[in-house]
Amino acid sequence: MLKDEDRIYKNLYGQHDWRLAGARARGDWEGTAEILAKGRDAVVEEVKSCGMRGRGGAGFPTGLKWSFMPKTSDGRPSYLVVNADESEPGTCKDRDIIRHEPHKLIEGCLVAGFCMGAHTGYIYIRGEYYNEYLHLMAAIEEAYSAGLLGQNAAGTGWDFDLRVHRGAGAYICGEESALLESLEGKKGMPRMKPPFPAAMGVYGCPTTVNNVETIAGIPTILRRGASWFANLGRPKNSGTKIFCISGHVNHPCNVEEELGVPMKDLIEKHAGGVRGGWDNLQAVIPGGASMPILPKSVCDTILMDFDSLKDARSGLGSGAVIVMDKSADVIKAIWRLAKFFKHESCGQCTPCREGTGWMMRMMAKMVDGSAEISDIDLMETITRQVEGHTICAFGDAAAWPIQGLLRHFRPLVEQRIMDRKNGAMPLAAE
Amino acid sequence: MSETFKFDEISEAAVAKAIANYPVGKQASAVMPLLDIVQRQIGRLTGSAWVPVAGMDEVARRLGMPPVRVYEVATFYLMFNTKPVGRWHLQVCTTTPCWLRGSDEIVAACKKVSGISAFGESSEDGLFTLSEVECLGACVNAPMLQINDDYYEDLNAERCEALLAGLKSGGDLPPAGSTTGRHNSEPETGRTTLLEVEG
Repeated sequence: MLKDEDRIYKNLYGQHDWRLAGARARGDWEGTAEILAKGRDAVVEEVKSCGMRGRGGAGFPTGLKWSFMPKTSDGRPSYLVVNADESEPGTCKDRDIIRHEPHKLIEGCLVAGFCMGAHTGYIYIRGEYYNEYLHLMAAIEEAYSAGLLGQNAAGTGWDFDLRVHRGAGAYICGEESALLESLEGKKGMPRMKPPFPAAMGVYGCPTTVNNVETIAGIPTILRRGASWFANLGRPKNSGTKIFCISGHVNHPCNVEEELGVPMKDLIEKHAGGVRGGWDNLQAVIPGGASMPILPKSVCDTILMDFDSLKDARSGLGSGAVIVMDKSADVIKAIWRLAKFFKHESCGQCTPCREGTGWMMRMMAKMVDGSAEISDIDLMETITRQVEGHTICAFGDAAAWPIQGLLRHFRPLVEQRIMDRKNGAMPLAAE
Repeated sequence: MSETFKFDEISEAAVAKAIANYPVGKQASAVMPLLDIVQRQIGRLTGSAWVPVAGMDEVARRLGMPPVRVYEVATFYLMFNTKPVGRWHLQVCTTTPCWLRGSDEIVAACKKVSGISAFGESSEDGLFTLSEVECLGACVNAPMLQINDDYYEDLNAERCEALLAGLKSGGDLPPAGSTTGRHNSEPETGRTTLLEVEG
């Protein structure tokens, strides 16, 4: 298990002062100028070699992403945009960073801005995080007063302004191009790619969008050295990650652990174990609503990292671990996610707009058993017609939870339908 | 209030700050903050935080946008209330992580105290509006309820009823956060990590 000294977020729970004085005492803003004095290319190389992969869900290598930004300006400014629109069901980690470690995020923005030639950064925070927004604004104000932002920020010689934009309740704005549309004052509808944001992002200018946890971790990594971070976790799955453990555990919590930690250890050592004991486990959604559900047999041995979970045909996603014990109606749990995706579809692409509604309605029939056995294959086919046929990954995200259910719990779905036909349906149809 | 709209002095200061947050010529970016300012002003003055069409029109005029672009934004994003709401807007998260922890019970408690029978409706006394919302990002403190700007977490039926009964009898919102005294997102029984760290 990860040692406390190797945790990045020492104030994850807000047990200490979140303001500048407290942050400085934890080492934030220490030697920022010396780090950046190594030069843009050297710092980007360090970020590449530390092995950081994006913490928002996609797991794209961060240093590589930064290197796509133009080295010289063609007259257009470059922008850093931080995705703090945390809305993936099960996920509440960025919230803790913003309210308890805001200076890690702010310092990370300066470093990232420098590395991508950006003099301006925007943090797009979900609108419902109002109290968290107030902390962030207070911390930014402190940073300006202390000369850590603005002209010659933190004595680095780099001018950097940081601004905050509040969302207003739309999951789709967590998709980076929808986020940029929203930042420009439009409906959050994803853009066709290419062009990618590094070529044409916000206001038609080169832009890189990174998750809060990605950016906030960078300054600590640069202070402790890329090899420190690279040596934590597993090959190609480096470092630490904040996991959000929710659902049927004894003590739901957030916790920072090493990537590659066994799921069972994560749940038992930090979240007090599954309600009723490990043998009472039925299933886990390991990476937020979009990631396919895993049955207990997989959970027994699975490691929590990008590649292990991908090999198990699921994903680490945002690190949100949603636990279901044997009392849970997993069919209904997935129906509720189908309802979520139906509600949050932006409506731009037909397969998603129509498909999410269809999938939700069919899932409802599987919950009460009124579907036909042949509907199971039909459902599978429809999910394949939504997946990969939309502008953004939302269509995939809507299809995967259902595919996961059918992959691992098909007998349960069949049983429900047969019980209904035989008049042995234990649950009243709602 | 709903036929005409004018930003008041408090709002004007916020509008100036919001527009200055974006590059010159990109003031359309301020449409979301300005709609929020409209909603907060109306909430402050009438006790019902919502955005009438007249408010959208004023935002359009102020930002030099066609009104329809503002209507699009106001209707796309869930947090803009396009019809009046009660003084206390009860937003219950019922997405899977909260549902697994008993959000049905929270919905029932909200209905019981407010007298509201269905989502989207307001109580007869105008005090409460009940909305079903998707994941609010407080999943390890489920189930939870957002009232206006504040999150109330680790709820059960009893604590939820007590919270709402306080509002019904004219009280103000208690401090936000866990309703069990639990410390933020720590395990209920205390931290399993960060045990040795000072400062």
